[in-house]
Amino acid sequence: MAFTLYTLIQTAILCTNAIAVLHEERFLSKIGWGVEQGVGGFGDDPGVKAQILNLIRSVRTVMRVPLIIVNSGCIVLLLLFG
Amino acid sequence: MDFTAPQSGFRQHPNMRLRNSSVDGSDGSQLFEDTSGAGPGSQMGNRNKQAGPQADAFAGQTLLSDPMSNLAMVYGSSLASQGRDLVDRNLDRFIPISKLKYYFAVDTVYVGKKLGLLVFPYMHQNWEVNYQQDTPVAPRFDVNAPDLYIPAMGFITYVLVAGLALGTQNRFSPELLGVQASSAFVWLIMEVLAVLLSLYLVTVNTDLTTIDLLAFSGYKYVGMIVGVVAGLLFGKLAYYLSLLWCCAAIFVFMIRTLRLKLLSEAAAEGRLVRGTRNQLRMYLTMSIAAAQPIVMYWLTYHLVR
Repeated sequence: MAFTLYTLIQTAILCTNAIAVLHEERFLSKIGWGVEQGVGGFGDDPGVKAQILNLIRSVRTVMRVPLIIVNSGCIVLLLLFG
Repeated sequence: MDFTAPQSGFRQHPNMRLRNSSVDGSDGSQLFEDTSGAGPGSQMGNRNKQAGPQADAFAGQTLLSDPMSNLAMVYGSSLASQGRDLVDRNLDRFIPISKLKYYFAVDTVYVGKKLGLLVFPYMHQNWEVNYQQDTPVAPRFDVNAPDLYIPAMGFITYVLVAGLALGTQNRFSPELLGVQASSAFVWLIMEVLAVLLSLYLVTVNTDLTTIDLLAFSGYKYVGMIVGVVAGLLFGKLAYYLSLLWCCAAIFVFMIRTLRLKLLSEAAAEGRLVRGTRNQLRMYLTMSIAAAQPIVMYWLTYHLVR
């Protein structure tokens, strides 16, 4: 399998996009992955599910604006160079 | 001749030129020693200064005896040292060079012992890393400390051996070297990212840094090289046997190394500890160790046909 660094960048952009489009109200709450289910007990053991929910929420908050920029750049480049 | 050169390294020039440059040499070297201060800068200036009167003797140019060009050269050397400082400061922000230096502080004895450990880890008793006032000891003094020299050399050797193996199958072309290198590098990055993600999800409090994980993931290249070389020399059966041996060795090596870093104190000593968290950590250690043989096989099976 011929992986290049370019495919790695493409994979990263696609995965981050996929995490960023998960909507809070319409989807995550419906399947029990909303924000309020993330903060479990106050012990020192957050658990795997809480960590995943935390990760999704932080990716959506932090990467929203950079993803807009990166996606626009990708669209322009792909239109110009195929 | 009683010529006392300011930098003793330049006495290799023949005596004829030293006679010419003795007068200018002392002036020029004093000028450079005052302003640039650092060793390379003044040596460079000295060499230029002594090369100048040589050109003087040869071609009769008066380029460097002109005070204006002296000044220009001094200014240029100070600009160069400023630029170097700027680059050093900015580069240190992105790539922690001082931390990287720790991982390359190895010597031959360490490399020999570590390679032996990677191929035969069954007799080694003490796997703990020695600490010295909160910082781990340099790899030169402790065979258990991770380093980046063996992974880096292993990676480069793997790319070369892959080129060799493809050449014996008449499938070689120079671009393939680059393809192999970037492919293996991408697998390495993906593996390190996967391990980082799983470490985050299981909330392990560990002092494993990213570079440590990079080092541990890079140790499998040694086994891959051994397998491919055995396959090239002795055929497919030798490839499978040596790969099996190296996979088992890397598995045991990773488990014994990671056990001390990831698991809690009690579990690391071998006592049975209940609880989902310890179980998760145990599974995490096993899966990290099990991923190594899989990637080892995946990256080498197409090289030995």
